[in-house]
Amino acid sequence: MNRRDVVIIGGGPAGLAAAAALKKAGIHDILIVEREKQLGGILRQCIHDGFGLTRFGETLSGPEYSQRFINEVKDLQIESITNATVIDLSNDKVVTIDTTEGLLKIQARAVILTMGCRERTRGALAIPGTRPAGIYNAGVAQSYMNLYNKMVGKNIVIMGSGDIGLIMARRLTLEGAHVSAVFEILPYPSGLPRNIEQCLNDYNIPLYLSHSVIDIKGDPRIESVVAAQVDEKQKIIPGTEKEFPCDTLILSVGLIPENELSLSAGVSLDGRTKGAIVDENFQTDVPGIFAAGNVLHVHDLVDFVSLEAEKLAEGVSRYLKEGSLPEADIPVETGSNIGHVIPQKISGTRDIQMSLRVRRPVKKCRLVISQGSHTIKSIPMPKAIPAEMIQLQLKADSFISKEPVEVRIDE
Amino acid sequence: MEKLYDVAIIGGGVIGSAVARELSRYQLKICVLEKELDVCNGASGRNTGLLHSGILSGDHKLRTECCLEGNAEFDQVAEELDVPFRRSGKLIVGFGEEEKLCLEKLYEHGLQCKVPGIRMIGADEIKKIEPNADGETAIYVPSAGILCPYTYAIALAENAAQNGVHYHFDQEVTGIEKGADGNYKISTVKSHWTARWVINCAGLFAYRISSMLGFGTYIPQRVKGEYEILDKKAGKFLSIPIYPAPSENGDCDIHITPTVDGNVLVGPTLKEIGDEIDYSATQEKIDEMMIQGARLFPKHVKREYFIRNYTGIFPYVVDPVTMQRVDFQIQSDPHISHAVNLVGISTPGLTSALPIARRVVVKVLEQEDLLPNPAFNPIRKGIIRFADQTDEEKARLIGEDPDYGEIYCRCECVTKAEIKQAVHNILGVSTVSGIKYRTRATMGRCQGGYCETRLTSMIEQELHRDAKDILLNQNGAYMFVGKVK
Ligand SMILES: Cc1cc2nc3c(=O)[nH]c(=O)nc-3n(C[C@H](O)[C@H](O)[C@H](O)COP(=O)(O)OP(=O)(O)OC[C@H]3O[C@@H](n4cnc5c(N)ncnc54)[C@H](O)[C@@H]3O)c2cc1C
Ligand SMILES: Cc1cc2nc3c(=O)[nH]c(=O)nc-3n(C[C@H](O)[C@H](O)[C@H](O)COP(=O)(O)OP(=O)(O)OC[C@H]3O[C@@H](n4cnc5c(N)ncnc54)[C@H](O)[C@@H]3O)c2cc1C
Repeated sequence: MNRRDVVIIGGGPAGLAAAAALKKAGIHDILIVEREKQLGGILRQCIHDGFGLTRFGETLSGPEYSQRFINEVKDLQIESITNATVIDLSNDKVVTIDTTEGLLKIQARAVILTMGCRERTRGALAIPGTRPAGIYNAGVAQSYMNLYNKMVGKNIVIMGSGDIGLIMARRLTLEGAHVSAVFEILPYPSGLPRNIEQCLNDYNIPLYLSHSVIDIKGDPRIESVVAAQVDEKQKIIPGTEKEFPCDTLILSVGLIPENELSLSAGVSLDGRTKGAIVDENFQTDVPGIFAAGNVLHVHDLVDFVSLEAEKLAEGVSRYLKEGSLPEADIPVETGSNIGHVIPQKISGTRDIQMSLRVRRPVKKCRLVISQGSHTIKSIPMPKAIPAEMIQLQLKADSFISKEPVEVRIDE
Repeated sequence: MEKLYDVAIIGGGVIGSAVARELSRYQLKICVLEKELDVCNGASGRNTGLLHSGILSGDHKLRTECCLEGNAEFDQVAEELDVPFRRSGKLIVGFGEEEKLCLEKLYEHGLQCKVPGIRMIGADEIKKIEPNADGETAIYVPSAGILCPYTYAIALAENAAQNGVHYHFDQEVTGIEKGADGNYKISTVKSHWTARWVINCAGLFAYRISSMLGFGTYIPQRVKGEYEILDKKAGKFLSIPIYPAPSENGDCDIHITPTVDGNVLVGPTLKEIGDEIDYSATQEKIDEMMIQGARLFPKHVKREYFIRNYTGIFPYVVDPVTMQRVDFQIQSDPHISHAVNLVGISTPGLTSALPIARRVVVKVLEQEDLLPNPAFNPIRKGIIRFADQTDEEKARLIGEDPDYGEIYCRCECVTKAEIKQAVHNILGVSTVSGIKYRTRATMGRCQGGYCETRLTSMIEQELHRDAKDILLNQNGAYMFVGKVK
C-alpha cells in the first residue's frame, strides 16, 4: 500500500488552500484527490463575480478565484489527481480511491476532509404535489447552464432565497427567462443582502417573505406551483394560497455538508452544522482527520473558506511534527440565538478562530463569550443576520479554566 | 418493420413481461405494445417490493395459489434473472387485545392456506428478531421476502427480449378489431399492428382493453398509495418488514419495509380515488405516514431521513352489474378466440407474475399446440454493480474497462461503465429514469444533484440526441428548452 503524509479529499477552495499552506509550512508529501476532471470545486460553475474581496482585496469571478489557488498549487509542485473519487475512508486513515488507472489504496498519516456540500432536495422537504420534469436544484441548474450549455426553462419560480437561488434568478433573467417569484418561508431572506439587491431588486423580481410552495402541479412537465403565506410557526395561513404558472421550479433551500466519508471513518458530526465536531486545530474526534470549508459548515463567502483552510494547515503540520495535538477538553456551547459555533471544543492552549451564525436576525445586540461567570469578550454589534457568518479571534490566555465556553447574543 | 405477430401482449409491466418471457419458451413471434417509454412506469415500478407469503391474500383462491407458488420458487427466479432479493421474513405486529385477536384469526387463516413456517410470537421475540420494531404480539412470517420490483420487471422484459420478443414503446393501444382473416388489427396512437393472439396485461387500463376485446366491461375503482423513501442511514436499523394488524376489510395500513438496497419505505397510505389517475403526494398523507410510521419503527421515521416520495395505484375494478370488486382474473372465452384477458391484477401481482404467466400459457395451449423454442435461455444477467464488489473485483473491473474507474453517481457509487451499459439497454429505453432504474444513479440522497448532468450528457453523446429531446421519464417530460444563448 502507498503511504502519504497527507491526503486531501476534495480539490475545491478549501482543499487547495490547505495544500498550499501545508507545503509552505514544510510538509511535502501531500496528495490532493479530486473527483471532477479539474481542480477548483464548486466555483468552476460560479461564473459571476464578487469573489476574493476579503482574501485578495479585489473582485474576481469564481473560476478566476479558484485559478489563483490552482496556480499556486501547481507552482508549489503539489501532487494532485483528478477524475478520481474517494469511495472509502477508514478509521485508521486508509483512503480508497476509484480511478481509471485502478483502485488506489493509500495509508495516510493525516487526512483533510474538504469535500464541500450538496444541496437539500425537493424529496428531503417532502413538498406535496406531482413529480414532473422541470424541478431543479439551483446548483444543478447553474451547472447545466454554465458548464453544460443547457437551458433549463423559460418561466421560472424559485423556492428559497439562498444565495445560489438569488444568483440563478439573475442568471436566468439575463438568459431571457422570466422569473416571476422567489418564495422564502422565513420572514427574512436567507441569502446575503448584496445578492438581494443585485440579483432581485435590480431586475424587479419579487421576493415573497413568509411564503412557501405548498403544492406542485403538472405532469409530465411542471405547470404551476401553489404558494401560500405562513405564520411565525411556519403554518400555512388559510386563504392566502395563490397559483403561479411556471415551467420550471428552482430550489435553493439549503446546503448540507457532504459527510458520508467522514461517517465511514467514524467521525462524529454536529447535529446543527451537519459537519464534523472539531477543535481549534480543525481536528475531528478521529485523531489525524481534519475538516474545513463547506464540509465542516456551510459558508456564504469563499474567502472565509480559504482562510479557514489555511488555519487548518497550521494544526495539521503540528500534528505531523509532534504526533498528536493537545486534548480539547473545553466544550464550546451555543447560548441564546446562536445557530452553531466552530470549533465545538478547544484545548485552551492556543489562540483560536471562532466562526458562528446567529439563529435569527437582530439589531443592536452584543455578542458575548463567557466561561462560567467570567466574560471573555462582549462585542457590540449594530446588527447580526443568519446569512452572514461571524468570525472572531480569541487569544489562548482568554480561557481561564476548563469550564465550558458559552457563546450567546444578548439583546 | 414486420408487423404481423403471433402474439401481441398489451402492457409491458411485470405481468406483461412475465407473460412475454414464458411465451418465449415457444416458437412464436411475440411483441409487447407498451404505452409508456419503459416497462416499470406503471404499478410495477411503484409498489412495496414485497415477496408476499400468501397470508394476506384473503379468501381468493387463485390469488392465494399464485402467491404461494410465486413465493416458493422465487429464490430460483431471482438467481436466473439476477434480481436483487432477500428472504427477509416479515412481522405483522399488533398492540392491545383487539389487535391480538385479529392476528390470531389471521394466523389460523395462514395455517389453513399452508403458509409455511408461520408463528405467533410475543414482545420479547419481536425484539429478538428486530430490536427496532415495536409491538406486543406478532405473526412471524419467515417465507416473506423483499425484492427490487422495477429490476424484476426489467429482468423479465430483458430476458424476453433476449429470447426474441420485440418491445415497442410509446404504443398506447386505442382500438382492436378482429379481421376477416381471424387476425386482430390493433391500432395504437403511433401505428397499426396485426397479431393472431392478444393478451391483455394493461394494468390500470386493462378494463379498456377488456371491452375492446369483448370481454367484460368493468368500472375502475382505483386505490392510491403514497410512500416516503428513507435514507440508508435509517435502513441500517431495519432488517425485516413490519406490518400492522390488518383492518376489518383485510387491508394493511401504512407499513415499514426495508428495500433490498438498504433504504426504508414507509407506506402505502390507502385512499379510494374512483376512476382517476393521480400520482401526486399530499400533505395529509405525508403527515399520516410520519405518525403511523413512527408507531411501528420508532425513532427512525423522521423528516431528516426523507429522500423522496412516490405513489402507486391499485387497479381495482368492479362489475357494473353486481357492483362487486373483480379481483385477479385470468379470463378466456370460447366466443373470443385467441385472447386472454387479465383484469384486476392487484397485489400481490409482483409475487404472482410468473404463476399468472404460466396460467396464461396454459390458456393459449388449450387452443393451440406450440413447439418449444430450442434457443430459449432462462438466464438473464443484469449490469454488474461496482458498489457491491470486493476491492479485488473492483480493481479487476477497472483493469478490464477504465470506465469503472469513474464514479458518476456518488451517493450510490455508480460508475460510468454501468451508466453506459444502461444507456445501451437491450430494450432501447432512452429516458433518464430508464438509467435510474437500471443502475440506481440519482436514487441516493442527493437525488441526482451530482450525476444528473453526467447522465444527460451521456444520453446526448451515446444516443446522438439533441438536448431538447432528452426526457426525464415520459413523453412531454422534457428537461431542457434549448441551449444557453
Ligand atoms: C452551487 C453553489 C454555488 C455557490 N456560489 C457561491 C458564490 O456565488 N459565492 C461564494 O462566495 N460562495 C458560493 N458558494 C459557496 C462555496 O461553496 C464556497 O465558497 C466554496 O466553494 C467552498 O469550498 P470547499 O472547498 O469547501 O467546497 P467545494 O468547492 O464544494 O469543493 C469540494 C471539492 O471536493 C470534491 N470532492 C467531494 N467529495 C469527493 C470525494 N469523495 N473524492 C474526491 N473529491 C471529492 C468535489 O468534487 C469538489 O471539487 C456556492 C456553493 C454552492 C454549492
Ligand atoms: C401501492 C402498491 C403496492 C404493491 N405492493 C406489492 C407488493 O409488495 N408485492 C406484490 O407482489 N405486489 C404488490 N403490488 C401489486 C403489483 O405491483 C402489481 O400487481 C403489478 O405490478 C401489476 O403489474 P402489471 O404489469 O399488471 O401492471 P403495470 O406495471 O401497471 O403494467 C401495465 C402496463 O400496461 C401499460 N398499458 C396500459 N394501457 C395500455 C394501452 N392502452 N396500450 C399499451 N399499454 C398499456 C401501462 O403503461 C403499464 O406499463 C402493489 C401494488 C400497488 C399499487
